[in-house]
Amino acid sequence: MVTPHSSIRSRRTFLGHASSGLGGLALGQLLQRDALSRASAAEAVPEHRRGIITQLHHAPKIKRVIWLYMAGGMSHLETWDPKPKLKELHGQPMPESITKGQQIAQLQGAKLNCFAPQHDFVKHGQSGLEFSSIWPELGKHAADHMCLVRSMYTEAINHDPAHTFMNTGTMIPGRPSMGAWLLYGLGSEADSLPGFVVMVSTGNFGQKQPIAARQWHSGFLPSRLQGVEFRSKGDPVLYVGNPAGVSRERQSDLVSTLNAVNRLANEQLDDPEIATRIAQYEMAFKMQAGVPDLMDLSQEPAHIFDLYGTKGGDGSFAANCLLARRLAERGSRFIQLYHRDWDHHGAVKAHSQGTAAEVDRGAAALITDLKQRGMLDETLIVFGSEFGRTPMAQGDGRDHHLAGFTMWLAGGGIRGGMAYGATDELGYHAVENRTHVNDIHATILHLLGIDHLKLTYRFQGRDFRLTDIGGKVIEPILS
Amino acid sequence: MSLLQPGFWGRTRPLLPIALLVALLGQVDSRLESAEPGIEFNRDIRPILSDNCFACHGPDARKRQAGLRLDVEDDARQALQSGARAIVPGHSDQSELVARIVSREPSEVMPPPETGKTLTPAQVDLLKRWVDAGAPWEGHWAFLPIRRPVPPAAADPQFVRNGIDQFILAGLASQGLDHAPAADKVTLLRRVHFDLVGLPPKPEEVESFLRDQSPEAYERVVDRLLESRHFGERMAMFWLDLVRYADSVGYHGDQPMSVTPYRDYVIDSFNANLPFDQFTIEQLAGDLLPNSTRAQKIAAGYNRLGMMSAEGGVQDKEYLAKYIAERVRNVSGAWLGVTLGCSECHDHKFDPFTTREFYQFEAFFADIQERGLYSGSDQTGAWGSSMPVPEPDQERELNRLDGELSKGKAQLDQPSPELAAAQADWEARQVSKVVWQPLAIASAQSREKAELKILDDQSVLAGGNRPATDTYTLAIPQVPAGTTALRLEVLPDDSLPAKGPGRADNGNFVLTELVLRRHREGAEPVVVELQNATASHEQKSHAEKHPDKAWSAASVMDGDARGADWGWAILDEAGRTNHAVLELKSDLQLAEGESLSVELRQNHSNPGHLLGRFRLLATTAPRPVKADGMGLPRNVRDLLAVAAVDRNDPQKAELAAYYRTIAPELQPVRERLATLQKQRDDLNRQIRITLVTVAVEPRMVRVLGRGNWMDETGDVVQPGLPAALGGVPGADRRLSRLDLAQWVVSPQNPLTSRVLVNRLWKQYFGAGLSRKLEDVGAQGDPPSHPELLDSLAAGLIDSGWDLKRLIRTMVTSGTYQQSAVPTPQQREKDPFNKWLSHQGRFRLDAELVRDNALAISGLLNPKIGGRNANPYQPPGYWAYLNFPMREWQNSAGDDLFRRGLYTHWQRQYLHPSLLAFDAPSREECTADRVRSNTPLQSLVLLNDPIYVEAARVFAEKVLTAGGATPAERLAYAYRRALSRAPRPEEERLLLPLLEKHLADYRADPEAARKLVSVGTSPSPTPLDPVELAGWTSLTRVLLNLHETINRN
Repeated sequence: MVTPHSSIRSRRTFLGHASSGLGGLALGQLLQRDALSRASAAEAVPEHRRGIITQLHHAPKIKRVIWLYMAGGMSHLETWDPKPKLKELHGQPMPESITKGQQIAQLQGAKLNCFAPQHDFVKHGQSGLEFSSIWPELGKHAADHMCLVRSMYTEAINHDPAHTFMNTGTMIPGRPSMGAWLLYGLGSEADSLPGFVVMVSTGNFGQKQPIAARQWHSGFLPSRLQGVEFRSKGDPVLYVGNPAGVSRERQSDLVSTLNAVNRLANEQLDDPEIATRIAQYEMAFKMQAGVPDLMDLSQEPAHIFDLYGTKGGDGSFAANCLLARRLAERGSRFIQLYHRDWDHHGAVKAHSQGTAAEVDRGAAALITDLKQRGMLDETLIVFGSEFGRTPMAQGDGRDHHLAGFTMWLAGGGIRGGMAYGATDELGYHAVENRTHVNDIHATILHLLGIDHLKLTYRFQGRDFRLTDIGGKVIEPILS
Repeated sequence: MSLLQPGFWGRTRPLLPIALLVALLGQVDSRLESAEPGIEFNRDIRPILSDNCFACHGPDARKRQAGLRLDVEDDARQALQSGARAIVPGHSDQSELVARIVSREPSEVMPPPETGKTLTPAQVDLLKRWVDAGAPWEGHWAFLPIRRPVPPAAADPQFVRNGIDQFILAGLASQGLDHAPAADKVTLLRRVHFDLVGLPPKPEEVESFLRDQSPEAYERVVDRLLESRHFGERMAMFWLDLVRYADSVGYHGDQPMSVTPYRDYVIDSFNANLPFDQFTIEQLAGDLLPNSTRAQKIAAGYNRLGMMSAEGGVQDKEYLAKYIAERVRNVSGAWLGVTLGCSECHDHKFDPFTTREFYQFEAFFADIQERGLYSGSDQTGAWGSSMPVPEPDQERELNRLDGELSKGKAQLDQPSPELAAAQADWEARQVSKVVWQPLAIASAQSREKAELKILDDQSVLAGGNRPATDTYTLAIPQVPAGTTALRLEVLPDDSLPAKGPGRADNGNFVLTELVLRRHREGAEPVVVELQNATASHEQKSHAEKHPDKAWSAASVMDGDARGADWGWAILDEAGRTNHAVLELKSDLQLAEGESLSVELRQNHSNPGHLLGRFRLLATTAPRPVKADGMGLPRNVRDLLAVAAVDRNDPQKAELAAYYRTIAPELQPVRERLATLQKQRDDLNRQIRITLVTVAVEPRMVRVLGRGNWMDETGDVVQPGLPAALGGVPGADRRLSRLDLAQWVVSPQNPLTSRVLVNRLWKQYFGAGLSRKLEDVGAQGDPPSHPELLDSLAAGLIDSGWDLKRLIRTMVTSGTYQQSAVPTPQQREKDPFNKWLSHQGRFRLDAELVRDNALAISGLLNPKIGGRNANPYQPPGYWAYLNFPMREWQNSAGDDLFRRGLYTHWQRQYLHPSLLAFDAPSREECTADRVRSNTPLQSLVLLNDPIYVEAARVFAEKVLTAGGATPAERLAYAYRRALSRAPRPEEERLLLPLLEKHLADYRADPEAARKLVSVGTSPSPTPLDPVELAGWTSLTRVLLNLHETINRN
C-alpha cells in the first residue's frame, strides 16, 4: 500500500477500496486479468506489487518491454534512414527554406552545409529492409522482425530534456518515467527481482553525456515504482549485499526475527502498513538471493556466450542484453538498457561505425535468443535515441537534431521487415506519417493492453498520463 | 493563550502597502440555504463538475464548447447558443445538463465517451437533486475570504484543550463518531519529539516526563521542543521541499552549486520564529528591501534555487523561458497551493487563470539577473552572482588579516633614500650593453609552401597558405666573426592575425625547435650546439603541464626532450615585439665557402601556430648573453626602455612600485605579506558562498503561444496578478517582486495562510484537512473541516504570522494527543480518518529515518548548519554524471554522522538511502511527499553501512551501559530505541537470536571481527568482538523494526 495517506486506512477498507487504490484485486478481477494478460502467476502476486489496472482495456500483445536506449543522439543518417539526395548536395548550403526558424544547438550562428551520409545502405533479410551496412548482425538476424519508424520527431534539442521527454512524455522534470507508469498500471510479477530494471553501458567513441537518474525515477508516483539500476561494479543492486561478517543464514535469522516482532505488533494493531513492511522484508531478502542468481551466468551454455559475444560481467552492452533476457525470463516488466556513446559531434563516420559495433551483436543476439525461447512474441524491443542528428555538417560530425529521426520496434505485435514514415529528402523534417514521441508511448501501452488515455494519476489536480496531452497508437505498424 | 481563544482575534496588524484582493469570483455570499440540506456545492457538486466538465466547459476559453461555462454561476444558468439552459434552478427536467448526463445517445451523452470519463449513477442522482434543490452555488472555497468562525460549543471538557477540539468534536458528532482516548504518555512523547524536532526522546527525557504528573507536564515538553535548536531543522525539511532547495544545478552535468547559507537561513528563521510574512518577503524580495541585511540577501537566494544548465548547445532563450516559468510554478505551488503553471500553454482547465496571467506573473521575475546557458562546472561563481558568507569567527579572522596586510603594504610603500639608490643601481644593471647585428638572409623556405617574404629590415614575413605545422629553413651566408649568441626577434605586422607576431588567430606561434647548421660544399652539414636559451617573455598560460611551467625558450633547443608539442610561445603579448636569445657553445666563425642554415620547426598540435614575422641577429659580446628584460613584466620592460630622465611621474612611480616587489632589502616584509595573503586566500576558500539575486533592468516578457519560446508574436506583458486572486491594483508604476511578496502575505490573500495551515496539519496529523496539499484549486479536495481551517488560518494572520504559536496550538490540542489506534467502529465509519477520530500513524520521513538510528546509537553529530555532509555512499553511484566526471567523497570524522537534511542534495543522483525513503529530487516544488513502503527500504536498513555501524555503536552502548544480564541489556536497548520495555513475547523472540548468534560468532570470530569493523567511528572501549557482533545482530533488528521507523 503506497498512497500518501495509506497508513490511515484499515485493512478492511483497503480491500474494499481496491478499485480506487493501487492495491488489491477481488478474485474475480484477478481471474479476468489472468485471462487477458496470460500472467502465469498473477494470483500469487501480493497486493503491494499489483498494478492499478484491474482489467486490461483490451487484449494485450506483449508482457514486457526491453528498451535499447542509444543515449547521446544516434545519427539516423548513418544508420537507418537512407538519403542519397543528401550525398548529392554534400558541401552545399542547406536550403534556407528547410532551416529557417528551426531550433539549433551547437551550430547556432554557424554555416549550415549538407553533409553526406557516411555509410552505405544495403537491403537486409527477406523483406529487403534497407539500412546501413554498419549493422551486419541485425541485418542478418533481425531485419525481418524490425519495423523502422523513420518519421520520429521530438521537442527538445539538448540531451537532458530530450531524455526526460523520451522517458516521461514531457520535458518538465518530476514526472514518472515510462517503467514507473507500467508498474503503476500493471504491477510486477517478479518476486525476487525488481519489475523495472535499468542498466547502463558506456562506449568508446562519442562524448559520454551524463544520464540522470530522473530518467528512471517514479516522479510523483510512489517510489517503489522507480527503476532499479543494476550495476556492473560493486553490489549489482545498491545495498543488496549483506554487511561484512553476515552470512545469508545470519541475515535470514535477522529478517525472520524482525518480521516476527513486526508480526506481534500487527497482531495488536492490525495495520496494513505493518503487513506490507513484513512482506517487503521478505521480498528484500529474496532479492538478496535473486539478484546474485540473476547475475550468475555459470549455467549459461557456451553457445549463448558465443551468440552474445561476451561471457558477461564486463559491463558491455552485450552483457546487459544477456541479463535483459534473464530478467525477462524472471518476470521483470520493463528493462531499459542505456548505451552512452552516440553523441557524435565529430568524426561521425568512424564513431557511428564504432558505436554500432558495440551495440549490433548484443541487440541481434537478444532478438535471436528471445525468439529461440519463444519469448519474442511476448516481448517488445524498442531501439532508439533521444533525438537524431543534423543533415548539416558540424566539422566532420553532426549536431543534435529534433525534427526528424528514426526509432525501431521489434517483437510482439509489431509488423517486422517494414519502414514506416519518412523524413524529407535531406533527412531534416519528418514529413510522412509524422510520429511524435508520445505516439511511441501510446503504442507501447496499447501493446500491453492499456489505453493510454485511461492510465492516469491525479496530481496537482490534474489527471496526468505518460502521453501528457498527446499520443496516438501507430496502428499501421501493428501486426 | 490559545490561538483560538476569544480575545485573540482582537490583535491585528496594519495592512501591508498593497492590498490587492478585492472581488473573489464575485460569488462571495451565495451560500444558499439548500432545500437538500445534505448537499453542499463545494463538497459535493463542484468536484464532479470540475473533474468531468470543466475541461470543455470551464475557464479555458479556447477549449470551451457550445459557449457553456460551468465554473461561473451566472454563465452556467444563461441561455446557450442553442437556446437551451444548462441549469434551470429547481427544474432538473428543464436543465440541459441533466438531460445530457442521463442520455444514452453516444452523440449526446456527457461527458462524451471519447473522454474516457463517465458519471456514476450516484453522481447523476446528486446533480439532479442539486438542480431540483435550486442549484445553490458557492464560490470556490479556497478563493473565498477567510472567515473567523466561532468554535462550536463542546460538551467534552476532558478532551477539549483548545478550539481545534471543538471543531473536531462537532465533525465527529455529525458522523456519529467518537474521538479516541488519549495516547499513552510514551507514545505521545515520542510523537511530539518526532513531529517537532525529528529526533526520539532520550531515555532520561522519557523518565522525567513519566514522573511529572502535573497537568502542565506535556505543555512544558512542547515548549522545550519549540525552543530546541532542532526545531528549525525539522521545519526546514518541510520548507526545503517546497522551495526545491538542492546543492546541484539539476540539468545535464548536474554540477554543484553553493546555497547552503540559504538552508541555514531557513533553519535560523524557524528557530527565531521569524514571522512568516517577513520570512516570505525576505525570500522573494529580500534584495529589494531598503538597506537589506546580509540575512535578507541570503534569503533572496530563493530566487536562484531553480535548476540551471551548462550543456553546450543550449539555446539561451529556451532556458531563460524554462527558468522563469519554473519560478511561477514554484511560487504558486509553495505559497499559494495553486497550479498556475498549468496556464503556461493554455488557459487553466479548472481554475480561473489565463495564459496571459501566467506570463504577467512571470514578469515579476524578469528583473532577476541570470543566463540561459551557464559556463561553469565550478562551484564558485560560475552560476551567476554570489556572495561570501563568512562565519563570525571567519569574519574576525578576515578583519585581522586585512589589518595586518594593510600595515605590511604601508611598510612596503614607504620610500627611503637607501631604496632609491638601490633601485638606481638595479636599473643600471638591466640595460643591456650587448650590440646586436641583424643577419642577412639569402633565402627562406617553407616546407608547406607558405610564402616567406624577406623584407628590407632583414625580417621574414609569412603569408599565403597557412598549414597546420611547418618548418622554415633560412640560409644565412655570413655571421660576424666570433659570434657568441643568436637572437630571434618576433615582430608584429599588420598583415598578421591580431597583428602577429604569429599566424594563429590570436597572434601566437609555437616555435617547437630551432636547429642551427654549418654547411660546406660537399660535406655533411654540422649542427652548431646551443646553450642557455632565454627570452624577453615566455607565455605562462596553458603551461601547467609544461615541465618549465612556461612556454620556455629552452624548449626550442632541447631536441624535444620536454615533449614535441612544447616550444616557445608568447600569448598575451600578441601584437608586440619579443625576442629569444640562444648562446652558442663555442664562438662561431664561418670559413670561406661556409654558410649557416637555421631550421625553425613549428610542430605544435594546435594547427596554425606558426611564426608570422621575425628576424635573426647575432652578437660577439662575451657570454653570458641573455635576453633583455628577461623575467620582467611587460610594463617594466617598457619602462626600462625609456631613459630615466625621460620618465614622467606616473612612470617613475610605477617602476619604483615594481622595484619594491623585488628589492632584496624588502624581502622580509614581502615574505610576511605573502604569508598573510596566503592565509587570507586559504580562509577565503573555506568561506561558504551563496547564490544571490541581483535585480537588473527587467527583460521583456511576452505571452508565448502554447508555451513556445520561439514564438515572438505574443503580447508583451507587465507584472500582474491573476484577476481571480485580486487582479491588477491599478498602480502607476511597474510592480516588483517586493509587491508580489507583500501581496502573497497580505491578510486579504485567502490562499497563503490556508495552504500553510493545511500543510502543517499534515505534519502533525498525517494528512491535510484538505487532502490535496499541492492544489487547493477546483481539482483539489474540499477541506473536511473548512471552519477549522479558516479559524486557524485567520488566527495565523491575526497573530502576526506566528508559526510557533500555531504549531503549539495544534500539538497541544486534545485531537493531537489522541491515540493513533482506531477502534473497529472508527475504522468502519472513518476509514481514511477524515474526521480525526484518532491520530495518524506514519513512517518517518527519509532524513528522520537516518537521524533516528544515529540518535538511538549515540552516533549523531548534532551540529546545526554549515557545509553539506557526505555520508557513506556506494562507490560508482555517480558513474553516469559527467562534465566533469566525479566520485562522491565521503565526509571525514563526525561529519559522517550529521542529520539527513545536511546530506549533499544531488538532484540527479540523490543519496540512495534518502531516495529509497521517498526524499524528492527537488527539481520542482514538492508539497506532499509520498510515503511508500518498499523492499529497497528494507535493503537500506539492513545493509547500508551507516545502519550497520549505528547498530554496532548501539551494541557498544548496550554492553557498556546496559547492565549485566541479557534481559537487562535488552531492556536498556528497548528504552533507547523505542522508549519502552520489551514485552515478554518480544523477549522470547529476541534473546534466542542473541544466543544463537553469540554461539555462531564464537565459532567464527573472523566474521565477528568483520561485522564490528563496519564504519569508521572508533570503539571507545575494547570489547570482545564476538559479544559485540552478537549484540549487533540484535540491535540491527531493533533499528529495522517497523515501530522504530514509525511515528505513532
